[in-house]
Amino acid sequence: MSGKVQFTRTQELIYEMKVGEVMTHSVVTVKPQTSMNELREVLRSNRISGTPVVSNDRLMGIISIEDFIKWLANGPPKTTVAERMTEAVVTVYDDEPLVQVVSMLDRHGFGRLPVIQRKHKKLVGVITRGDIMEGLLHKLEIGYQQEEIHRYRASHIFEDLIADRTALVFQYRVVGKDFQKAGSGATRLKKTLTRLEIHPRARRRAAIIAYEAEMNIVIYTNGGNIMAKVEPGLITIKAQDNGPGIADVELAFTPGYSTAADWVRELGFGAGMGLCNIKECADETTLDSVVGKGTRLEATIII
Amino acid sequence: MKLGQVKEILEAELLVGQENLDLEVEMVCGADLMSDVLAFTKPDSLLLTGLTHPQVINTAEIAEIKAVCFVRGKRPPAETIERAKEEGIPLLCTPLLMYESCGRLYSHDLPGCSQVEEK
Repeated sequence: MSGKVQFTRTQELIYEMKVGEVMTHSVVTVKPQTSMNELREVLRSNRISGTPVVSNDRLMGIISIEDFIKWLANGPPKTTVAERMTEAVVTVYDDEPLVQVVSMLDRHGFGRLPVIQRKHKKLVGVITRGDIMEGLLHKLEIGYQQEEIHRYRASHIFEDLIADRTALVFQYRVVGKDFQKAGSGATRLKKTLTRLEIHPRARRRAAIIAYEAEMNIVIYTNGGNIMAKVEPGLITIKAQDNGPGIADVELAFTPGYSTAADWVRELGFGAGMGLCNIKECADETTLDSVVGKGTRLEATIII
Repeated sequence: MKLGQVKEILEAELLVGQENLDLEVEMVCGADLMSDVLAFTKPDSLLLTGLTHPQVINTAEIAEIKAVCFVRGKRPPAETIERAKEEGIPLLCTPLLMYESCGRLYSHDLPGCSQVEEK
C-alpha cells in the first residue's frame, strides 16, 4: 500500500466515520453546584484539564483548568463551578462526521468537544484529537487485515503444486439432530471455494449440494460427514452417514416425497426437495443406501 | 432496485445493515421452504420469508441471497440477527403479509427469479 493511498483512505474515513464511533463514552463530569475546591480534586485524580458540567444529563457548561487557575488568583473561597464555567459551549452531535470535529477543533483551538445525542439532547461523551486518531488507526487496521485475507487467496495453488494430478480434499463433520450447528459445514465449504476462486456458478452449485446433504444428515441421522474434492475442472462432493438408510431410493428422489418429522417441516425443511435439488445442481449423482447401515451420496460438478 | 427503496415500499424496518441501503437487489423470491429458496433463487435476489430461524441466514449465504425481509411482522430471534451480522446480510422486517409484499414489489417492476437470466 503506497503512502498516497493511505492518505486518501484516511480522508475518506473522516467523512465516513461518525463522532459516536470514536468518542469516549465514560466521561468524568461535575455538577453546577460542585465547589471549585472539589473540582481541583476531580481534575487532579482523573488527570484531565477540563470537564463538562452536567445537570440531569443536560450539558450546562464546561469548566477547564484555566478557569480554575483564574479563580485561584482572585476568586472568593466559596465558589461553585456554575459561577466560573463557560456556558456557551461548542458541541457536536454523535451522528456528525469526524471531519466536522476536526474543523471545529481547528477553528476554536479547543482540545475537546462534548458530544450530544441529537434526539434527547443528552451528553453522551467527549471527543478529543486522540480519540479521532485512535478511531482512524483502528479502522485502517481492520481494512488492512481484510486486505491481507483477500490477498491470501489460494487460487494459484493448482499452478504451484507439481504433480500429474492434483486434488484438494476438505472434510466437514456433521452432528446429527443439531439444528443450531446445521449448515456450518456447507457455509465453510463455500468460503473455501471462494478463496480458491472457483467459478461462482460452480461454487453455488457445490454449496447447495453440500447444504442439502448436510441438512439430510442432520434431520435423519445421528451424524456423518461431508467431503469435497476439488480438482482442476471438477468438484466431487461425498456425503456419508451411518443412519437408518433409505428404503426406496427412487421414491426419495421424487419431488415432494418426504419422511421428515413435523418439527423439521416447521423449520422450513423436509419438504421433499433436498435430493431433487442435489440432482439438479450436479452433473452426476449416485446414491447408495442400505437400510440400517447408512447412506453414501456422491455428486460431481464439472467446472 | 436499491434496498432503501424496498424498505420504503414495504414500510419495513431495517434490523441489520444500516450501511447497506444502497445495495442493489435485482429480483425477488418469496418462500417459506428453504429447499425452494435453494432451488428457485438466483444470486443477488431479495428473499421474502416468514421463517425467522437462523437457518434462513445459512440458506441465504449458500444461495447468495443479497438481503432478507421477514414478512407478517415476524421478528427474528437474536441468533438470526447475530448470524446475519456475521455474514453481512442485511435484514428487514415488514408488517405486510407475503402476498402483499410480493405484490407491491412486483408492481414497482422488481421481477421474480424466473424472469431474470443468471449472470
